[in-house]
Amino acid sequence: MAGFNAWLNKRLPVDKFVREQLLEYYAPKNFNVWYFFGSLALLVLVMQLFSGIFLTMFYKVGEFTSFDSVEYIMREVSYGWLIRYLHAIGASAFFIVIYLHMYRALMYGSYKGPRELLWLFGMFIYLALMAEAFLGYVLPWGNMSYWAATVIINLFSTIPVIGPGLVEWIRGDYGVADATLNRFFSLHVVAVPLVLLLLVALHLVALRQTGSNNPDGIEIKENLGPDGKPVDGIPFHPYYTVKDVVGVGVFLTLFAVVVFFVPTFGNLFMEEANFVPADPLSTPDPIAPSWYFTPYYAILRAVPNQRIGALLLLLAVLAFFFLPWLDRSPVKSVRYRGWWFKGFLTVFTVSFLVLMYLGLKPATGGYVTAARVFAVGYFSFFLLMPWYTRWDRVKPVPKRVRFHD
Amino acid sequence: MTDAGVMGGDEAVDQDRRKFLTVATAATAAVGVVLAATPFVASWSPSERAKALGAPITVDLSKLELGMMLTYVWRKQPIYIFKRTPETVAKLATHDAMLKDPKSTESDQPAYAANEMRSRRADIAVLIATCTHLGCLPKQKFEPGDAAIGAYWPGGFLCPCHGSRFDLAGRVFDGSPASANLRIPPYSFKNDTTLLIGQDESATQGAA
Repeated sequence: MAGFNAWLNKRLPVDKFVREQLLEYYAPKNFNVWYFFGSLALLVLVMQLFSGIFLTMFYKVGEFTSFDSVEYIMREVSYGWLIRYLHAIGASAFFIVIYLHMYRALMYGSYKGPRELLWLFGMFIYLALMAEAFLGYVLPWGNMSYWAATVIINLFSTIPVIGPGLVEWIRGDYGVADATLNRFFSLHVVAVPLVLLLLVALHLVALRQTGSNNPDGIEIKENLGPDGKPVDGIPFHPYYTVKDVVGVGVFLTLFAVVVFFVPTFGNLFMEEANFVPADPLSTPDPIAPSWYFTPYYAILRAVPNQRIGALLLLLAVLAFFFLPWLDRSPVKSVRYRGWWFKGFLTVFTVSFLVLMYLGLKPATGGYVTAARVFAVGYFSFFLLMPWYTRWDRVKPVPKRVRFHD
Repeated sequence: MTDAGVMGGDEAVDQDRRKFLTVATAATAAVGVVLAATPFVASWSPSERAKALGAPITVDLSKLELGMMLTYVWRKQPIYIFKRTPETVAKLATHDAMLKDPKSTESDQPAYAANEMRSRRADIAVLIATCTHLGCLPKQKFEPGDAAIGAYWPGGFLCPCHGSRFDLAGRVFDGSPASANLRIPPYSFKNDTTLLIGQDESATQGAA
């Protein structure tokens, strides 16, 4: 065995990798419950790849076969219903985990230097994930699939000059059609997953380079013990591998409850209108996107001008990219920030959640007015950040991490 | 061995020459990348089959009664064809103040439909029934003063997605999220009762 080990390690740096990435990779010792969501996101990614590979074995892409093959999976393939529910509900789980993961970064300033690139890779993962979710949503070719594709692709028609031609190019036909479905399938199962995996690898390499932030926002690498190791750090393995396993257990329990008992989750995780085949001559009434897109959808509908609405939707997503440079505060964690930041973070949190709710409601009267108010709240968090983070009265940051929460 | 002497290179490196060759190579490669990408980008355009299926369609109007509407599909898009009564036509001129683009100067239609009726013939209306907002299918609300919409309502179409409203010439009302009137396909009349959608004098659209 020892002989084989020596032979192997001369050719592949297995021991070196385990030592550097797990046994001697020091993570801050004060991680709290918010630090579960990175590893959970990785878990969901693997689950989606796995269930997706199996769905591809039974799914038949095509305007006349897609819907029927999904029903075939649901009714006739052994455990097909389970594989499909795992995948469809996995998409919603992915966004729950990612939103909590991103919110953790907002609270503890994890996007701030030296982790700007780590944050940017994460945001690109978020974009790729949105594309992946939308493409996958179209594949069952239910009526919501069809109209979601129509509405989302038409957003590109608001681009001046090239808009209409671009829309036709994306669809490959004069309306959403078989050609559109076929290319979406290819993108969903091949292109975007490859991009996602590459981005996840870059995200992890960048994380290993800077090390994790923590709830106190203190750089543990700046406080080394006599042995050259961070005094506030503990080896990733076994401490955090064991901690993460507990998180995985809790997550899988909740996930299984949804998959087995409430798969549609009150029309949120799977929509009734999508159990009807695509019909180009009948728009579902009401029409609403998946819950994870509704904050942006509410912003789109809040604007009477279509082009400005689409532009604001784009800005609402892209605003996150600029956070490392908008935030001028000398401290990272919300624990040591003043009331200005805490106030605006609360405004943002409430705005995001209310917009999420409003995007599921019809675009009439009071709902539109409310969406306008909360869209202002949403953007104020980003646009005013360079000022309120400078005015903020921050507290002194301790030298060592504290244990609480 | 003269070769070895040359390769050993006692002479100074000609930096200008090296820079020129680097830039020239990079530029050639960039052209190659663009050329190589062209077929892949072009493959996403509508295929020959899609274009052939997008050929003009013929509609028989002989059985179309006053106030009645037909729905056809041309190029995957629903097309509304309906016959307006003389009273309806007269009424179209009376609510310009409530419209975003009453003269259709900002909207998409063939030149012969850029008038108040938005049609070649006052009685026959031909509209692409996809909302100019985000592409949903506006619903028929022909009854004037429809209770759900309001007493002002002269009859027209209401989009169920985001509430855009259009009159019986497909012109959009103020306060709708859509900013342009409903689009109009190229069309022509073969004779009094035969309509050709997708073909007019200028060009045949999409015939392969």
